[in-house]
Amino acid sequence: MSAHADTHAHDDHGHHHKETFVTKYIFSQDHKMIAKQYLITGTIMGVIGVIMSLMFRMQIAWPEEPNLLFEALLGKWAPDGVMDADIYLALVTIHGTIMVFFVLTAGLSGTFSNLLIPLQIGARDMASGFLNMVSYWLFFLSSVVMVISLFVEAGPAAAGWTIYPPLSALPMAQGGSGMGMTLWLVSMAIFIASSLLGSLNYIVTVINLRTKGMSMTRLPLTIWAFFITAIIGVVSFPVLLSAALLLIMDRSFGTSFFLSDIFIQGEVLHYQGGSPVLFEHLFWFLGHPEVYIVILPAMGLVSEIMATNSRKPIFGYRAMIASILAIAFLSTIVWGHHMFVSGMNPFLGSVFTFTTLLIAIPSAVKAFNWITTIWKGNLQMNPAMLFSIGFVSTFITGGLTGIILGDSALDINVHDTYFVVAHFHLVMGISALYGMFAGIYHWFPKMFGRMLNKNLGYIHFWVTAVCAYGVFFPMHFIGMAGLPRRYYTNSNFPLFDDLANVNVIITIFALIGGVVQIVYLYNFFGSIFFGKKTVQNPWRSTTLEWTAPIKHIHGNWEGEIPHVHRWSYDYSKPGHDDDFVPQNIPLKDGEEELQH
Amino acid sequence: MTTLLTIIVLVFILIAIWQMVKIFDLAQARTENTTPGVATDKDNIVNGYIMMGFLAFIYIITIVCCVKWGDLPLLSNSASEHGPTIDNLMIVSLVIIFIVQTITQFLLHYFAFKYKGEKGKTALFFADNNKLEAIWTIIPVIVLAGLIIYGLNTWINIMGVDESDDPLVVELYAQQFNWKARYGGADNTLGKANVRLIDIDRANILGLDESDPNAQDDIITTELHLPVGRPVLFKMRSQDVLHSAYMPHFRAQMNCVPGMITQFGFTPTKTTAEMRQTPEMVEKVANINRIRVENSKALVAKGEEALDRYEFDYLLICNKICGKSHYNMQMKIVVETQEEYEAWLKEQKEFKNSLIN
Repeated sequence: MSAHADTHAHDDHGHHHKETFVTKYIFSQDHKMIAKQYLITGTIMGVIGVIMSLMFRMQIAWPEEPNLLFEALLGKWAPDGVMDADIYLALVTIHGTIMVFFVLTAGLSGTFSNLLIPLQIGARDMASGFLNMVSYWLFFLSSVVMVISLFVEAGPAAAGWTIYPPLSALPMAQGGSGMGMTLWLVSMAIFIASSLLGSLNYIVTVINLRTKGMSMTRLPLTIWAFFITAIIGVVSFPVLLSAALLLIMDRSFGTSFFLSDIFIQGEVLHYQGGSPVLFEHLFWFLGHPEVYIVILPAMGLVSEIMATNSRKPIFGYRAMIASILAIAFLSTIVWGHHMFVSGMNPFLGSVFTFTTLLIAIPSAVKAFNWITTIWKGNLQMNPAMLFSIGFVSTFITGGLTGIILGDSALDINVHDTYFVVAHFHLVMGISALYGMFAGIYHWFPKMFGRMLNKNLGYIHFWVTAVCAYGVFFPMHFIGMAGLPRRYYTNSNFPLFDDLANVNVIITIFALIGGVVQIVYLYNFFGSIFFGKKTVQNPWRSTTLEWTAPIKHIHGNWEGEIPHVHRWSYDYSKPGHDDDFVPQNIPLKDGEEELQH
Repeated sequence: MTTLLTIIVLVFILIAIWQMVKIFDLAQARTENTTPGVATDKDNIVNGYIMMGFLAFIYIITIVCCVKWGDLPLLSNSASEHGPTIDNLMIVSLVIIFIVQTITQFLLHYFAFKYKGEKGKTALFFADNNKLEAIWTIIPVIVLAGLIIYGLNTWINIMGVDESDDPLVVELYAQQFNWKARYGGADNTLGKANVRLIDIDRANILGLDESDPNAQDDIITTELHLPVGRPVLFKMRSQDVLHSAYMPHFRAQMNCVPGMITQFGFTPTKTTAEMRQTPEMVEKVANINRIRVENSKALVAKGEEALDRYEFDYLLICNKICGKSHYNMQMKIVVETQEEYEAWLKEQKEFKNSLIN
C-alpha cells in the first residue's frame, strides 16, 4: 500500500513540468499551497465576520446612536450613522454564517487537514490533488458569492444563521429574504460541495496513504481528529444541502416542504401541508454535528501542541481516541436539543436531553486528560501553548453551561437568550478560534519557513484571553435575566434597563479584543515576508512533518518517505538523550514501545 | 476625510508596535542564543506567573458577576406553579458547574504555573493510567445520571398537561409584529380557525370559522389576562413566520409555528399586584427607575422627552427572530383575581358581535 503510494508519488514528482506562477500559486494541486490558500481566505472572511460583530455590539451598547464607523461601512443602511434594524439582523446572520462555516470549518479544517494529513502520515500529497484544488476553488467561489450577497439592493440574508423558514422563504417577510437569501443558499450549496470533496479526500488519504509503519494507533491525535471530522462532515453536510435545495424549491418553484397556512401582508399564500419544524430537523441534523466539525480539529491540534510543549506524552492516548469516537457518534443523535420548544413532541425532548447530557462524559475525559498532560511537564510557554491552555480553559467554562442548555426543563427559560450566545461562543467559537491560533503559531514555520514573532504572540494571547472572558462571562448573566438574543435594541423593554450597563462593558471588551487582532494580522502577514528564518524542527517535535525539508517541495520528502517505528508521543522517554524521539527513529535494542 | 485619518492613525499604531517589538527583540537577542521565536526560560517564568494572574482574573470576574448580577429575578421569584421546580434544578446545576469550574480552572492554570519549563529539567514520562481514566469517566457518569433523572422528571411534569384540571384554554396568536389572545368564552372551547378564513374587511382577523358554533362566543384581545391559581393551557398559532411565546416570569416558552398548533400549560401563582410587592421586584424596579432618571437627564439636556417611570408588568415577548421589528413584539400580561378577571372579560366583545357586516 505504502510502496504503491511511494512509486506513484515519485512518478508524479518526476513528471512534473516547470511550474508557472499560475500552477504554483493559483491553481495549485500541492496540499501545502492549498492549505495556505485556505488559511488566507479564511483569515479575510474572519476579518469581515469580526468587524460585523463589533458593529452590532456597538449598536447593542449604544442603541440608535450615530456612529462614524456605521456611516463609513454601512452606507445607505445607516442613514446619518444610525444603524437600521434590517441591517442589524443581516449583520448578526452573516457574522454567524461566516464564522461558523467560512472561518471555523473551511479556515480551520481546510487549512490544517490539508497541511498536516500528508505531512504527518508520511504521504507525498493528498489522494487526489485535483479534487483538493477543486475543493479550495469551490470554497473560494462560495466566499465570493457570500460577500457579493452583502451588496444586494434589498440587503443580505437576515433570518439568522439558522435561516428558519418561513422567514427565510418569503421575500415579503423581510428584505433580506429576497435576492440576499438566494445568494446565501447558492453560496452554501457551493460551500457544501467544497466541504464534501475535501472530506472525501481526507478520509481516503488517511486510510490509504499512511507510510510504512504508521498504523492507526501510531497516528498523531491531529490526524485522528481530522479523520473523524471528515467522516462527520460526509454524513451530515448532505442533509443541509438537501434542506437548502428544498428551501430553494419552496422559494422559487412553489412547493410546500416547509410552509403551510400563511397569511402575510394581507393575502393568503397557496402553501399547504409543509412544516417549518421539518426544516429545523434537517438543519440541525447538520447544525449540531457542525459544532463538532468545528471543535474536533481544534481538539486535535491542541492535543498535539500540548504534548509537544509539555515535553510529555499526551495522557491517555487511547482514551483520547475513544472520546473522539464517542463524541462523533453522539453528535449525530443530539440535534433535537436545539428544538425543545419548537413544538416537537415532548417525549422526543426527553430522548434528546438524555443523549445530549451523555456528551459531557467524553468531553470531561478529554479535559482531564489535557490537564494531566501538563501535570509534571516541562512546559514551554510558546504562544501556541498559551492558546492551547486557553482552549482548555474556555472549553471547560463554555462546556459546563451545556449541562443547563441540554436539559430540556432548563432550556425552556434560557432558550434563545444571551445565555445561549455566551455558551456557544465560549465552547465552540472562542475555543475553536484558540485552537486555530494555536495551530497557526505552531505550524507557521512549517507553512512559511519563518517564525512568528513570539512577543507579539504573547500580547495577542493575553489581551484576547482577558477580552474573551470579559465579553462572554457576563453575557451568561444577562441571558439568565431573560434578555432575548437578536434584538436590535432593548430600549422597548424597561424591564431590561438594568442590563444596559452590562452590555456596554461587554462591548468595550469586544472592541479591545477585536482591535488587538490587528497585532496578530500584522505579525502574520509581516512574518510571512520578514519573519526570522526557522530551523527544521523548532519545537523539537516527534511528528513526521518536521523531518521534511523547510523549503517546500513537491512530494514533501526528497528521496524516500521516512518509515515510522513508534507512536508520536515519545517525549522525555527514559533511556534517550533527547527529550523527544521522532517517529522515524527505530526502537533501540531492548526498548519497548508502549502497548498501543 | 475621517476614513483617511483613521487609516493614518492605524498605520502609525502599526509602526509603533513594530518599533516596540524590535526593541524587545534586540534586548532579548543580546542575552540569549536560542532558536529565534521559541520560548526561553524567562518567557516560561513570565507567562507562568501571568497564568496565575489569569486564574485570579477568572475568579474575580466570576465573583463580580455573581455579586452584581447574580441576584437575578429569574433565579427566584417565579410566578407560576412549576417555576420553583425549574429554579431549583437551575440552582443545583449552577452549583455543580461552579464547583467543577473552580477546581478544573485551578488545576489547569496552577499546573501551567507550577510546571513552567526550565532548561535541564525533565518531564515525567506518564502516558497512561487506567485507574485515573476510570475515575474521571465514572464521576461524570454518576453526576450526569443524577442530573438527567432530575431534569427529565421536571420536564415531564411541566410538559404533561392534565386536561382533567379543567384548564382555561387561551389561544396565543402571533403575527409580525404583535400578539393577540383568544379566549374560548362561556364554553371555554376555541372555535375552529384557519388563516385562509381571515377576512380583514369583516374584522375576522384571526380567521375564525364563522359557521362554527364554538367560535361565536370567542373573545379576541390585545392584552392577556389570567386569573390567579387556575391552570391555563395555551394553544399557540402563527399566521406568517416562526415566533416564540416567551413568558420569562412564568418560566414558559413555546414556539408559534405556521401550519400547526403548539401548546404549553402553566398555573400562575402571583397576581401582578402581588408580584409588584415582592421585595426582589420592589428593589429591581427602584433600581431601574434610578437608571431611567439618570438617562432622562441626558435626554432632557438634548431637548428630548424624559423617560416614563417604569412599573412592573408581566410580559409575553417574542423570542424567535421574526423580522425587522422582532425587538418590539410584546404583549402585556395581567394576572388578577378571579373576580377582576371576570369583570374584565365582561367588557370584551364576543366574536359574533365584533364582526362588521
